[in-house]
Amino acid sequence: MHRRIVAFVAAAVLLVGAGLAAAQGPIKIGISLSLSGDFSADGQGFQNGYELWADQVNASGGLLGRQVKLDIVNDNSSPDQVQTNYQKLITVDKVPLVLGPFSTLLTKPASVVANRYGYAMVEGAGGAPSVFNRGLKNVFDVALPVINDLDSFTQYILSLPPGQRPSTVAYATNDDPFTQPQIERSRKLFEAAGLKTVSYQTYPSETTDFNPIADKIIQSKADIVVAGTFMPDIVAFVQRFRQQHYNPQALIATAGPDLGSQFTKAVGGAQVAEGILVPNTWYPGADNPGNAAFVKAYLAKFGGAAADINGDAAEGYAAGQVLQQAVEKVGSLDNAKIIAELHSGDTFQSILGPVTFNSVGENTAAKAYLFQWQQGQYLPVYPLAAAVAPFEYPKPAWH
Amino acid sequence: MRLIVDAVITGVLSGGIYVLMALGLTLIFGVMDIINVGQGALVILGAYLSYLLQQHLHIDLFVGLILTMPVMFALGVGLEAAFIRPIRWERTTLSILVTFAIALLIQGALSLTFSTNLVQMHAWYVSHSLKIGSFYLAWVYIFDFLLSVVLVAALYVVLNHTKFGAGLRASMQNRTAAQLIGIDVERVSAITFGIGVALAAAGGMAYGATSAFNPNSQYDLISRLLVIIILGGMGSLRGAVVAGFGMLIVEDVTSVVWSPVWASTVFYMLLVVVLVLRPQGLFGRLESRRQ
Repeated sequence: MHRRIVAFVAAAVLLVGAGLAAAQGPIKIGISLSLSGDFSADGQGFQNGYELWADQVNASGGLLGRQVKLDIVNDNSSPDQVQTNYQKLITVDKVPLVLGPFSTLLTKPASVVANRYGYAMVEGAGGAPSVFNRGLKNVFDVALPVINDLDSFTQYILSLPPGQRPSTVAYATNDDPFTQPQIERSRKLFEAAGLKTVSYQTYPSETTDFNPIADKIIQSKADIVVAGTFMPDIVAFVQRFRQQHYNPQALIATAGPDLGSQFTKAVGGAQVAEGILVPNTWYPGADNPGNAAFVKAYLAKFGGAAADINGDAAEGYAAGQVLQQAVEKVGSLDNAKIIAELHSGDTFQSILGPVTFNSVGENTAAKAYLFQWQQGQYLPVYPLAAAVAPFEYPKPAWH
Repeated sequence: MRLIVDAVITGVLSGGIYVLMALGLTLIFGVMDIINVGQGALVILGAYLSYLLQQHLHIDLFVGLILTMPVMFALGVGLEAAFIRPIRWERTTLSILVTFAIALLIQGALSLTFSTNLVQMHAWYVSHSLKIGSFYLAWVYIFDFLLSVVLVAALYVVLNHTKFGAGLRASMQNRTAAQLIGIDVERVSAITFGIGVALAAAGGMAYGATSAFNPNSQYDLISRLLVIIILGGMGSLRGAVVAGFGMLIVEDVTSVVWSPVWASTVFYMLLVVVLVLRPQGLFGRLESRRQ
């Protein structure tokens, strides 16, 4: 009997000890990313950003004194797979925290799964209106709400004196929830100001042959072109416009030209990219706190040039920063408390700039920049306070 | 009207690229009764080979085919010997799994080697156009079209005017009977697979010079290629040619006169109508084939 009690006590001590050791182990953070499929370029950018953030946290003492370990799984850019992934991360891997996937398309289903288990989902790439209008209280996007992405561009165009202002606009957009609302909004703003819509096309995201769409834009002879694209479609448009000698005064794409040398190589060199515009929420030279250190760490880990750093990496890093600050403020991994803190109206600091969430999770403090390719460099040109070069307008003819 | 003419021209010129890729697929099915779902991945592999030659050895894309097509031919013969020939029963069904495995292997290897960043190949003819009246025809499409005409003609000559071609056609009509009259069907199969893969190399170069691609592009491609050969009739070379052009023309015209949203839908509706009226496809044979 006596021996039994000793054995029992010993076992209990061992078990408690093991439990304590587990509590002191690394904090696993579950993330699903598009490492293959349509969004693989962006997914890779996010992975780099998340990894750098984890490195930085671990180098400076960890989160609540514990190391951070990322549990990243691939969703192949599929809205179905992303649900399975978060389900598995939360219920099987039992991660205490999650961070968001890439793109609005995947953030929507992912945040529903996270919500089911009461998890906060801080993310940097699910910013379209359809993310925020579903009554979810657990989704927080650190980037600029997507619907406002093109605002810097419309403001610039409408600020031009009447003699220079374009009079016709062609729009073409992928039917993706990230691109379409932006294009719709810029059309409304331009039409209200008297700019005529001469072509408006929506195409399915599965489209592989973009020539007929480009041809319709060319035929419209629009003064400026607003394209709701990702990388493959804007590259195809540029190629077709060049072949057909169509030179709009301005060409802006919602995404694609922000991918640095990957974009310039695909269109056929930096001289071809000259004058092409893209909105974004971050650039390597931004003077937000911690940004310079982020750029330095990025180059040290992944190499390349500062201009090639993908904005996605910064958004991933910023999502990590905001989650970290919320966890540290509440002092625990309790997701309910973390969600309450994120909704408190507190301002968090990130390399994208200040972050304050409204009741649906949009960052109301976010900054919008307009970028232009000029002589092989990707430069902020608007708003004027952030501009490092004058806006090149009209866009020069194709090289 | 102007737009429709543009769309038809674009459809014909880009249709040639799909014909190149689909011919290999339908040829392999015709002779071997197997569906090579790895064709899309092989096309992308061909595109990357051309890209490598251009980037590192500065070999022109079209000239590079002199190297890439024989290499891909050898690869095809090797793949057939290693993976297809050992399948002794349920060839048609099992070959889908085996060739899908090949596709995944190729995709994985390409992703590791080249990453999943999108690539597009460039040359003077990619950005310059020929001006005819008020139309601009991009040189790359003209060259791609000529390439497909030349290769289709060469294939026609090989099939109809050589001893190997006679053996191939015999194997297409009846594999067992061909064996009985002394044709080395296994050799014919290996060479056919090689030719199919070599055509994928040419198609890949043509595709990569007109579209941005990465290793995942194989999925888009294989689904379109399968549709082309189903519409044309599985195993029919003429069918692949007609359906390849037909698909691109229908899609491009629908896209400009109606909307890009309807482009694929209209084409697939046509496909359903054709299959209801002719279940064997436009040029397919009705009777089931025998091994």
